[in-house]
Amino acid sequence: MLIDWNNFTPWTALAGGALIGVASALFILFNGRIAGITGILGGLLRPKFRDIGWRLAFIIGLTAAPFVWLQFAPLPDIQIESSNTLLAITGLIVGIGTRYGSGCTSGHGVCGISRLSPRSIVATLAFMATGVITVYIVRHLAGV
Amino acid sequence: MKNNTSNTAALTFSLLSGLIFGIGLILAGMANPAKVLAFLDIAGLWDPSLGLVMGGAIGIGLIAFAIAKKRSLSYLGFSIQLPTNRVIDKRLVLGSLGFGIGWGLVGICPAPAFVLLGTGSIKGIIFVVAMVIGMGIYELLENCTKSGNK
Repeated sequence: MLIDWNNFTPWTALAGGALIGVASALFILFNGRIAGITGILGGLLRPKFRDIGWRLAFIIGLTAAPFVWLQFAPLPDIQIESSNTLLAITGLIVGIGTRYGSGCTSGHGVCGISRLSPRSIVATLAFMATGVITVYIVRHLAGV
Repeated sequence: MKNNTSNTAALTFSLLSGLIFGIGLILAGMANPAKVLAFLDIAGLWDPSLGLVMGGAIGIGLIAFAIAKKRSLSYLGFSIQLPTNRVIDKRLVLGSLGFGIGWGLVGICPAPAFVLLGTGSIKGIIFVVAMVIGMGIYELLENCTKSGNK
């Protein structure tokens, strides 16, 4: 295994991760909810009047993050190399897959593992596995 | 309990949690799809950073959820709603496997998708719209299955 030391950013990764943990902690301890984006967004498509406000508020906060960041510092490098067509197809796959799987990297990967939920541990292993396999096929077998 | 004050507080904490979550994603590098793909590319030049993102988040999360499990009401007086489903079934596994394929193709998962949307990137907008349509398709399929079973 070759490690890309030049792009390895352990401190910002840990600090960013800790902030994600703090956000999830605030959300469960104050709002009583799991900070899982799939569930928060999915619930808006099955709207219950009382739930719309807090779901939208969380998503607005998330979407506003780059804007707030920009008030203090330039945004770090963001590279999306995929074509628009591929993004549209994968967006569909991610939308359907996360709803059937009841969660994504936030709900299962962060909150679920923190709750020591066997379901979330299985889900996280599953999407990590296909994520790694997909990248392997695309980069090393198909040679794109 | 559900008076206007607690509702305003709930909205404020929701907004704040979403914002801190998003700032964390940007700082961590999770909002950069190229970095996510470099983490998933264990056979290439591997960037292990995102493993530390999970580590940092779970480190704090373990404490928070240990507290949450002992309480029935949140600090704002809302009931603490932890998932009760314990069944590991085909839906969970196949859905997650499918999500991983999409994630591995472009390096974007749902939370960073909204951060990308917030940067005003056209690619972010396309992904989020498609993802919401995907979730809509799930709802339709679920409704069909339910009415088919009646």
